[in-house]
Amino acid sequence: MSTVYDGERGEFVAGEEQATAPLLEVEDLRVEFRTNDGVAKVLNGVSYHVNAGETLAVLGESGSGKSVTAQTVMGILDTPPAVVLGGHVRFHGEDLLAARPTRRMEVRGAGIAMIFQDALSALNPVFTVGFQIAEQLRVRRGLTKAEARKGAIDLLDLVRIPHAGQRFRSYPHEFSGGMRQRAMIAMSLALDPELLIADEPTTALDVTVQAQIMDLLRDIQRERDMGLILITHDLGVVAEVADRIAVMYAGRIVEQADVYSLFRTPAHPYTEALLQSLPRLDLKGQELKAIKGLPPSLAHIPSGCPFHPRCPRVAARCSQEVPAYRRVADGRFSACHFAEELIPRG
Amino acid sequence: MSDPQALDTFSGADAADLATTETGERQRKPRSLWGDAWIQLRRKPMFYISGVIIVVVALMAAVPDLFTSRPADFNNLDFASQPPSASAWFGYSFQGYDIWARAVHGARATLLVGIFATLITVLIGSLMGIIAGFYGRFVDAFLSRFGDIFAGLPFVLGAIVILTTFNPPGSEPSGTAILVQVILSISVLSWPVSMRIMRSATIVAKQLDYVKAARALGASTRRIIFRHMLPNTVAPVLVYATIALGAFIAVEATLAYLGIGVRPPVVSWGVMINDGKDYVQNSPHELLFPAGLVTITVLAFVMLGDAVRDALDPKSR
Repeated sequence: MSTVYDGERGEFVAGEEQATAPLLEVEDLRVEFRTNDGVAKVLNGVSYHVNAGETLAVLGESGSGKSVTAQTVMGILDTPPAVVLGGHVRFHGEDLLAARPTRRMEVRGAGIAMIFQDALSALNPVFTVGFQIAEQLRVRRGLTKAEARKGAIDLLDLVRIPHAGQRFRSYPHEFSGGMRQRAMIAMSLALDPELLIADEPTTALDVTVQAQIMDLLRDIQRERDMGLILITHDLGVVAEVADRIAVMYAGRIVEQADVYSLFRTPAHPYTEALLQSLPRLDLKGQELKAIKGLPPSLAHIPSGCPFHPRCPRVAARCSQEVPAYRRVADGRFSACHFAEELIPRG
Repeated sequence: MSDPQALDTFSGADAADLATTETGERQRKPRSLWGDAWIQLRRKPMFYISGVIIVVVALMAAVPDLFTSRPADFNNLDFASQPPSASAWFGYSFQGYDIWARAVHGARATLLVGIFATLITVLIGSLMGIIAGFYGRFVDAFLSRFGDIFAGLPFVLGAIVILTTFNPPGSEPSGTAILVQVILSISVLSWPVSMRIMRSATIVAKQLDYVKAARALGASTRRIIFRHMLPNTVAPVLVYATIALGAFIAVEATLAYLGIGVRPPVVSWGVMINDGKDYVQNSPHELLFPAGLVTITVLAFVMLGDAVRDALDPKSR
């Protein structure tokens, strides 16, 4: 890890080695949705970073702001209703939120690419899968039709679609769910992006196909030394592929840590509750612990710590003071007043 | 692949793949939207039937002399209202016109009005609709209200105002001028319909993931609109266009009847229907033949539109 985010000082400081700009750095991102029914504070200061060759898993329940963060990074948020209030998205140190629209367009696809949850609706139904991949190569790379076709077939091969040459001419609806997601991945890889954002890539798939897709993503990421942001609510997926995890709740990052530390000693009660809500083999026959209550409405985020109404460790100050997102141990960050007590010293 | 489960699924996929190669045999050629639509069209009998009718009517319009040796104004009062015979297949009108000869010569004006009014309506309407639907907000509000102004005008009243403004009573507009005026007044008064259709199709398409995905992969706005969205939104407008074409041929007849549209010496099927409608009880063939031609032509275009729409939808293949 080259740099780490210092919550107390609100800036990035050098870690073990000399500071170089991370591949992607999101800092204090704040977004709200303004609708006729009121204002929803969707992102309330989100900060994370990804290095080349690293997998960051962004974990959280529906409505926690995972996808909105990703879409803000990509610049594909629908504005209105969304309004970006502040923050920075730095790609190789360049602030994308301040960049010209044409520059942003260049970065999309070639610098940062994204794959979506539902590949069927993310592929254009009237074009063949091959055409859609080849189109990227033709328009953005200026390849001829034949070259683009070859490139597209190679990409389909890369994502392990059998008989790529024939499948090139298939329409999205002629593919199975897993094949569609593979095609989507092939499409996003067409321009050799340095960072891939996968927005719940396996949620719509069955378990065996999920495993194949995750294997594929991991292999491709290692081969290309690509940064990967994996947005998910599946703890199992996270444990397998992620290097670091950022846990989101109500538009905030509440905890960030490497996988081992997070799973062993969560530094935020929300993470702890999430882990306890998982079925475990060694606790067979016991009742599952669900988190009580509901996620807060983003139009009325509770005062103080947004998790306090549901928190098993709630104390008086929790409903008044917003806990700072800060470094609590080496490479570990948490936004809980009692984070230090949660991590055993030594 | 160390995972045996994965291996298993792959061989399954292979088997499925082999099965599809059989059906894939027929579609050897590279597949593209329009290429596939063409292949699809050529398999449909409806396409051939409508195609033949349209070609025949178009030929009538282009070279009427192929179909009849008589001029449009061939006139002999001795034959007034005679029923169909070998010399005049569609009979004679009250004024002694040869209805077949007149119908053949009338195809040109009818088809010109129908096709051009439809083209202009659909092009302007679609462009406005796609802009309004894609940009939304102020642009949408402005364009939609602007369209409402034209949609709010009663069609016939609007056409009367436009055509009498250009041709005050007593003036003698040339044949071309009146055709152009009829086409334009129909277009101006009816484009909001196709705009609304295109606008709603665009709003639906805009929210779909593939538009977002295209944007996420760096496509420009123009590319997203014309390359990614248009092929998905064109079907409903296409259907409207085929219906509108028939309606416009009828409108042309209405305007001719009111004496403000196409008028003699220009002949159109609309003019002929109006000539014939007063004698329907004594000599129905005067009305039935031109009206039948309108019906058949409209039907051909509707069938063609239907076939094209089906061919453009990959899921229906």
